[in-house]
Amino acid sequence: MNMKVKPNTNLLDVKGMKIHFHSSEGVAKAVDGISFHLDRGEVLGIVGESGCGKSVTAKSIMRLIPTPPGKIAAGQIIFDGTDLLKLSIQQMRRIRGNRIAMIFQEPMTSLNPVFTIGDQISEMFILHRGLRRKQALEQAVEMLAKVQIPEPCKRSREYPHQLSGGMRQRAMIAMALACDPQILIADEPTTALDVTIQAQIIDLMLQLKEDFHTSIIMITHDLGVIAEIAQTVAVMYAGKIVEQAPAVDLFDRASHPYTQGLLKSIPKLGRRAAKGRCDLSEIPGIVPSLYRLPQGCSFYPRCEKAHAVCNSLMPDLHSVSEHHRVRCWLYADKGKRKD
Amino acid sequence: MQPLLEVHDLKVHFPIKKGIFSRTTGYIYAVNGICLHLDPGETLGIVGESGCGKTTAGLAILNLIKPTSGSVCYEGRDLAGISKKEHKALTREMQIIFQDPYSSLNPRMTINKILSSPMEIHGLYKGARRQERIDHLLEKVGLHPEQGKRYPHEFSGGQRQRVGIARALALNPKLIIGDEPVSALDVSIQAQIINLLIGLQKEFNLSYLMISHDLAVVEHICDRIAVMYLGKMVETAGFKQLYTNPKHPYTQSLLSVVPVADPRHKRKGNMLSGDVPSPIHPPSGCYFHPRCPRRMEICSRQAPELKEAGPGHLAACHLCG
Ligand SMILES: Nc1ncnc2c1ncn2[C@@H]1O[C@H](COP(=O)(O)OP(=O)(O)O)[C@@H](O)[C@H]1O
Ligand SMILES: Nc1ncnc2c1ncn2[C@@H]1O[C@H](COP(=O)(O)OP(=O)(O)O)[C@@H](O)[C@H]1O
Ligand code: SF4
Ligand SMILES: [Mg+2]
Ligand SMILES: [Mg+2]
Repeated sequence: MNMKVKPNTNLLDVKGMKIHFHSSEGVAKAVDGISFHLDRGEVLGIVGESGCGKSVTAKSIMRLIPTPPGKIAAGQIIFDGTDLLKLSIQQMRRIRGNRIAMIFQEPMTSLNPVFTIGDQISEMFILHRGLRRKQALEQAVEMLAKVQIPEPCKRSREYPHQLSGGMRQRAMIAMALACDPQILIADEPTTALDVTIQAQIIDLMLQLKEDFHTSIIMITHDLGVIAEIAQTVAVMYAGKIVEQAPAVDLFDRASHPYTQGLLKSIPKLGRRAAKGRCDLSEIPGIVPSLYRLPQGCSFYPRCEKAHAVCNSLMPDLHSVSEHHRVRCWLYADKGKRKD
Repeated sequence: MQPLLEVHDLKVHFPIKKGIFSRTTGYIYAVNGICLHLDPGETLGIVGESGCGKTTAGLAILNLIKPTSGSVCYEGRDLAGISKKEHKALTREMQIIFQDPYSSLNPRMTINKILSSPMEIHGLYKGARRQERIDHLLEKVGLHPEQGKRYPHEFSGGQRQRVGIARALALNPKLIIGDEPVSALDVSIQAQIINLLIGLQKEFNLSYLMISHDLAVVEHICDRIAVMYLGKMVETAGFKQLYTNPKHPYTQSLLSVVPVADPRHKRKGNMLSGDVPSPIHPPSGCYFHPRCPRRMEICSRQAPELKEAGPGHLAACHLCG
């Protein structure tokens, strides 16, 4: 191997991905031309309200979009040099769960209620590593210990319903990380949990990222969770990325009117106790239906700063600084605001 | 001033039945002796992890679940001792809003019908005045009177919660219990509903009992807050006291784990380990001791009483008082 080659840090490159759902109501462009990349060891946060296309984005990377009604209409998903969209079902099966793993909000959707936790995790080792059952079970118990489940040996013989919500989520993380994947996609993994358990799971994920060198795509609707875990952030609205930036820039200099509106509409812990009550500012209206998207910028009917061009043409992603891009006409003039 | 609501040593124990003779083999100690009071126009928040008994407490206060023991007094009258007729009259004054507005709205009824049925039951707003009242309610919660002809499925989550609020307001109540009323809503919609609730309270001098697991939302809405753990109240104080000077280690831990929308913010110690124990076999002594970062020898032996920890500030912890 040539030692002089610069290490390639780019692990995943999603380019111009479009995913459409066909139904009697028409075509929903659930994901409408989104691009992002994930470096080795990076945590990318994808944030947005329900229905904006977060789960569809995640599932498309795993090639888990049901077709029909879904259809990958365009795009490339380059993982470690290969386009996942060009792989056969068989080739994809070797990647899924093995090199890219996914966890969900409700662990019961991916845990089988009739098998013990130990059996389900050892299945990963049997399937992807060719281990024998006995060795695989030993490895499974070791994984349960790594995700800090107390009494891992005893727990491995229990069924999913015997575990608490937090423990089930840990078991699912153990299963996802069993084969040492390069990417862990976590779709709202803490949304159903109490904040106390959420904090434990976030810390666990950050710890495991260090131990296993896993890159993480963290999907959530909670900007607080994003701030805790993500290094870079993509904000989605109605199937598009509307703002993309390193986490610190996003929270310090939120630039899209939607991101700004979101940040101003959440009550901040301790603020009223310290400074008295200030009104929460609202984003008026509701998220538009994907079947009846407005012309122009999808956010324009709710946008305080909308102006003439906004209701006729969809803005591009404009750079406001080196890694900070915003899909808004206010920044069309080489990053200079026009308001 | 007489409190609007006074709850004393309220307990709700659900029996666990087993076998063909349905023998009671144990109890779920869902609510295990809580005391609280609520003044007219005041908002009290109840917070705590899921399963700590918040919903059960709310339902027991409304007499929608029969309390095992304890008393609930409304304007000085003990609800346990009143007649059916008096109780019906009281249901006008106490209303509830649920987390999931969809499951609490009959899908086969129009919004007009949903809003008119409480008036029908109580024989109020007769004739043309009923539709006037409905239109007025819809406007009050930010909907168009026109939308009254539609069905629940035609509305978004936030709009359905507005309908739920309009229904709660229909009979001019004094007290509204909100059981996680904004938890299921999208972030951009939450603020709309929170502002609506605060506005309506000012306009109609409503008292609120707001149940929520979201500590930031509760701080924004509530005058006082009660923190529950495993069916018991562990701390209660005005919002300023509770958020700037929490006394109970459980409250301190809860506050320390709330995610903050600032990447520079680092969580400070006090992390709670493990899960909430089962309410069937609560721990000995202080229920919180197995998870408490500051437990002492006495904590597993003796249950701490709620003691004064400051003006209007109570905490049940051997470290306090
Ligand atoms: N199986 C499906 N059939 C039809 N439409 C779908 C399906 N899955 C997702 N969609 C559409 O895609 C949009 C985005 O969904 P999703 O990615 O699940 O949103 P979220 O951001 O809440 O995870 C939805 O609003 C819905 O219209
Ligand atoms: N109808 C019921 N029968 C038996 N157990 C119940 C019932 N309702 C609630 N519980 C139990 O009581 C405890 C408190 O529940 P709940 O009041 O719903 O808590 P919270 O609203 O704080 O999440 C839980 O352990 C729950 O399982
Ligand atoms: S009484 Fe003891 S165990 Fe309970 S909260 Fe206080 S210090 Fe912790
Ligand atoms: Mg989703
Ligand atoms: Mg509840």
